[in-house]
Amino acid sequence: MYIEDTIAAISTPHGEGGIGIVRISGGNAEAIGRRLFRFRKGGDFTSHYLHYGAVTEPESGGMIDEAMAVLMRAPNSYTREDVLELHCHGGMLVVERVLAAVLACGARLAEPGEFTRRAFVNGRIDLLQAEAVMDVIAAKTEASLALAQRQREGALSLKIGEIRQALTRSLAFVEAYIDFPEDDIGQTDNDALRVAADDVLVSIGRLLSGFDEGRILREGISVLIVGKPNAGKSSLLNCLLRENRAIVTPIPGTTRDVIEESINLGGLAVRLLDTAGIRHTDDVVEREGISCALDKIPLADLVLFVLDTSRFFDDEDRLILDAVRGKRTIAVLNKCDLPMAIELPPEITTLPQAVISAGAALGVDGLRELIRTTFLHDVPLDSREFVAISRARHRDALVSARSHLQRFLSGLEEGRELETLAIDLRDALSAVGQVTGEISTDDVLDMIFSSFCIGK
Amino acid sequence: MHCYETIYDVIVVGAGHAGCEAALAAARIGCSTLLLTINLDAIALMSCNPAIGGLAKGHLVKEIDALGGEMAKNIDATGIQFRILNTRKGPAVRASRAQADKQLYRLRMKRIMEQQDNLFLKQGEVTGLYLEGNELRGVDTRSGIRFLGKTVVLTTGTFMRGLIHIGLTNYPGGRAGDLPSLGLSDQLRDLGFQVGRLKTGTPARLDGRTIDFSRLEAQYGDDPPVPFSFSTGRITMPQVPCHIAYTNQRSHDIIRSGLDRSPLYAGVIEGVGPRYCPSIEDKVVRFPDKERHQTFIEPEGLETVEVYPSGMSTSLPIDIQIPFYRSIEGLEHVEIMRPAYAIEYDYVDPIQLYASLETKPIPNLYHAGQINGTSGYEEAAAQGLMAGINAALRTKGLNPLVLGRSEAYIGVMIDDLITLGTKEPYRMFTSRAEYRLLLREDNADLRLREKGYSVGLVPEADFERFLRKRELIAAEYERICSSRIVMDSREHEFLSTHGLSDIQKGTTFEQLLRRPEVTYGELAEFDDVSRETVPEVREQVEIQVKYRGYIERQLEQVERARKLESTQLPADLNYSSIHGLTTEVREKLSRNRPETLGQASRIPGVTPAAISVLSIALKSDSWKRAGSETRLEEA
Ligand SMILES: Cc1cc2nc3c(=O)[nH]c(=O)nc-3n(C[C@H](O)[C@H](O)[C@H](O)COP(=O)(O)OP(=O)(O)OC[C@H]3O[C@@H](n4cnc5c(N)ncnc54)[C@H](O)[C@@H]3O)c2cc1C
Repeated sequence: MYIEDTIAAISTPHGEGGIGIVRISGGNAEAIGRRLFRFRKGGDFTSHYLHYGAVTEPESGGMIDEAMAVLMRAPNSYTREDVLELHCHGGMLVVERVLAAVLACGARLAEPGEFTRRAFVNGRIDLLQAEAVMDVIAAKTEASLALAQRQREGALSLKIGEIRQALTRSLAFVEAYIDFPEDDIGQTDNDALRVAADDVLVSIGRLLSGFDEGRILREGISVLIVGKPNAGKSSLLNCLLRENRAIVTPIPGTTRDVIEESINLGGLAVRLLDTAGIRHTDDVVEREGISCALDKIPLADLVLFVLDTSRFFDDEDRLILDAVRGKRTIAVLNKCDLPMAIELPPEITTLPQAVISAGAALGVDGLRELIRTTFLHDVPLDSREFVAISRARHRDALVSARSHLQRFLSGLEEGRELETLAIDLRDALSAVGQVTGEISTDDVLDMIFSSFCIGK
Repeated sequence: MHCYETIYDVIVVGAGHAGCEAALAAARIGCSTLLLTINLDAIALMSCNPAIGGLAKGHLVKEIDALGGEMAKNIDATGIQFRILNTRKGPAVRASRAQADKQLYRLRMKRIMEQQDNLFLKQGEVTGLYLEGNELRGVDTRSGIRFLGKTVVLTTGTFMRGLIHIGLTNYPGGRAGDLPSLGLSDQLRDLGFQVGRLKTGTPARLDGRTIDFSRLEAQYGDDPPVPFSFSTGRITMPQVPCHIAYTNQRSHDIIRSGLDRSPLYAGVIEGVGPRYCPSIEDKVVRFPDKERHQTFIEPEGLETVEVYPSGMSTSLPIDIQIPFYRSIEGLEHVEIMRPAYAIEYDYVDPIQLYASLETKPIPNLYHAGQINGTSGYEEAAAQGLMAGINAALRTKGLNPLVLGRSEAYIGVMIDDLITLGTKEPYRMFTSRAEYRLLLREDNADLRLREKGYSVGLVPEADFERFLRKRELIAAEYERICSSRIVMDSREHEFLSTHGLSDIQKGTTFEQLLRRPEVTYGELAEFDDVSRETVPEVREQVEIQVKYRGYIERQLEQVERARKLESTQLPADLNYSSIHGLTTEVREKLSRNRPETLGQASRIPGVTPAAISVLSIALKSDSWKRAGSETRLEEA
């Protein structure tokens, strides 16, 4: 059997189904699982056993999603390598975050058909099966190539083109200083290189937020309202719903017993996640306790943490605060029309805040705007742009281009050697190149010879 | 046709830089070798500038040396100015360059070849290959002699159908003063080779007595001069300076006034020229805003007044050349000894070669040097060496020596040539090497000495010296990794004077050396052992430590690519029988016939999905259903 590196990919069809599976294959699968997966009841992986727990960010340890994990040790797996699958149910946005975390732990994004190739190479499936799978993959690739062709005329490809042009130019400058020390081309202009890299970073950042926004625009976000009894959750909910009465569409939950209400906040579709019954009376909620609501936290894209400012910050508030740690949260300071008694702990003051009175319908517009801008930046929205990079592969490429560029910039700052800076630029360029097509050395040479008068 | 009685193992056609290395390598490996060339007085002649090395080219020369070639030793013995370029940049992109005494350079190479066992030099112009059916048997010459050989290496340089242009005047020639090679390229075309046309140019040679050097800036070489070869102890030739001069607006006006009689702009030249060696008229036309262009006035030798103004090549008519060179400050009264000219010549697209440099259409035939569309002495010599080695290995029934892209610039160059072909003259640049930090001049011996030794080119004594050096490097590296700061008073003082007070007790010397503030030389302030380390060991240890992160990153990439690079594609693979490849990819693969999956992946338009499909098909025998018999190696 080959010793191969560890690969990962989302193995459920894009944007379909409630469950998304991230599949990891290779020698490091188990180690990555240990780093990212937190077992609900402690313990360790048992092969072919479905474990329940949560996937966390590798750096911060913050929770990404509740998940099931199953490790299939070699050779009893699809690829005959160690395979780890993470089953998530928080929608595609969450699944892609999980994939990003897996990649951050050192796995490489799988090439199209790579799992199948490994399965075949390791004798797990026969040729006919492999060919059947590859046919589908090849067809898909062709389809996506055709798509890429169409996108080439679009706004996104123009931007990627600009980014590539800028990076190629910077690289050409660096390479020219390296390869032509005897030609009369002056000194490296570090300032120009820095400015160019900064500009590219801004463009990449915009595309990436466009990526998130594109997904968010299509799929919407889920918002969970939590707070201790009588903090004003129901009033807030009713407030938000009332103002949007015309477009309320109750969707009965299918897989989880949650009722979702959709509202539209200035173009942003928001699903208000609501435990069954929360709309009726606070009594019901009190009976169920807040624990039921807390269980839903991992499912939400955003938590509205409702605090009653007319009362003291107490243990129940503390309990909720602990539960939302690491989660995107807005502190909703309710009952601002009453005298203020609360003393906010520092963890709250660092959160984005909205001061409202749900009862008096004060400040709700501000909250709506805050929710909207938390997800949609102030960049004007052009939905055509989102389509193109809504593939995880593209986003992954841009994210890695960004990190290479950041290394390039810090290297420039430290005065590192030109030839190592060139590596960072080249890696950034080839990452960007994966979105639209490859960069070749010739592009850089073309740029050198058209920018500098070189040669003897 | 008179048939000469000897049957040679290897016949090398051409005694340029490629031919000399090819012939020496084959003979040294033990093959009876014949070197045929048009003019025995023009062996290893430098057609253009009298210099060896430079960025990426210096790297090639060191690699040639590590493998047991001659070029480095030849320039060390005849060089009259040595410089290391890019000393202010990192070690991976430092490169050696030297001015040669052009006549001594060629004379020494001729002498070395004349003294070489198994090697026979004969004058003769090859007019065609001698084939029986498709089997190569030898070569025919203009003087009516047929030479028989088991293998043939063609290194015809700029000579095949060479056409020299000076203004609108042109005449056949292989280089100024030399006859062209006629007939051979027609035959190659008939045999199915893709023969194309390229162009290059050279400046005038000027009479140094008519130049006022006192008005030019002198540029001296390094003192002491550092040799190219890992085997050279010291440079003993007298060293001389170059001089820097500049064109001006008036020079450019003169150039512009002659453009209508430039063979290039008038459309007389059909060959494609190199963008990195533009003529002065190209520079003036393409960069009209540049106020002046720099030229190095390089000496052609110690015993001659001829000098070479680099960067000032032109194909303009002589009545423009004269006022142009005289418009340069310091050159007001200059006399031209040999006019500048451009030359057009036939080359054969290297896409028809295997990585061994053997041609695909004709077994046992090898192409090396400018015939493959490259330009430059070093590029030629490197290919000549590889072709000579591989022709020799063939006669011994051994597998060819192929260098990977992660092993040598030579590997990068040959892979580029055979994978992508050439449409314009190909020159080496460091930016062509994706693993540039691994491919340094300083470690060429560590990369390649063993390979040179294993094919029989590196002498025992040289190899033993190399092994000793390698051991010392490993031992010293090991030592600094295991020696720790104990915080005695000398260490304490060292750390505080270097602003390194954050360094803890127990830190290894290697960790300390990783800090940018510390050089290996400075370790001696507290570490007595390091003071004794010889410079070549010190250099390696320091580079390995300082570049460590990046070297590891590149090694990882190499590792990832290794499987693709080592998976062979059978020569008779029928791509149209493979399920799942797009028509475009099929066509490309059928045309290029890559030898490995790695090569296939570098062909523009071949997608990662196609590579996956291919690798699956390879593992199966489905492609064989189309009627092929070769067995696949299971990787
Ligand atoms: C005018 C001119 C300008 C150049 N400018 C540059 C430049 O700016 N930069 C640069 O890097 N390089 C330049 N070069 C190229 C450089 O000289 C070559 O790249 C290098 O010499 C090629 O080496 P080679 O061994 O392939 O061929 P060459 O050095 O050309 O040697 C070819 C040899 O083959 C022999 N030969 C050819 N045909 C036959 C035959 N049929 N039978 C027998 N013998 C034959 C010839 O006699 C000669 O000895 C220039 C060359 C010329 C002529």
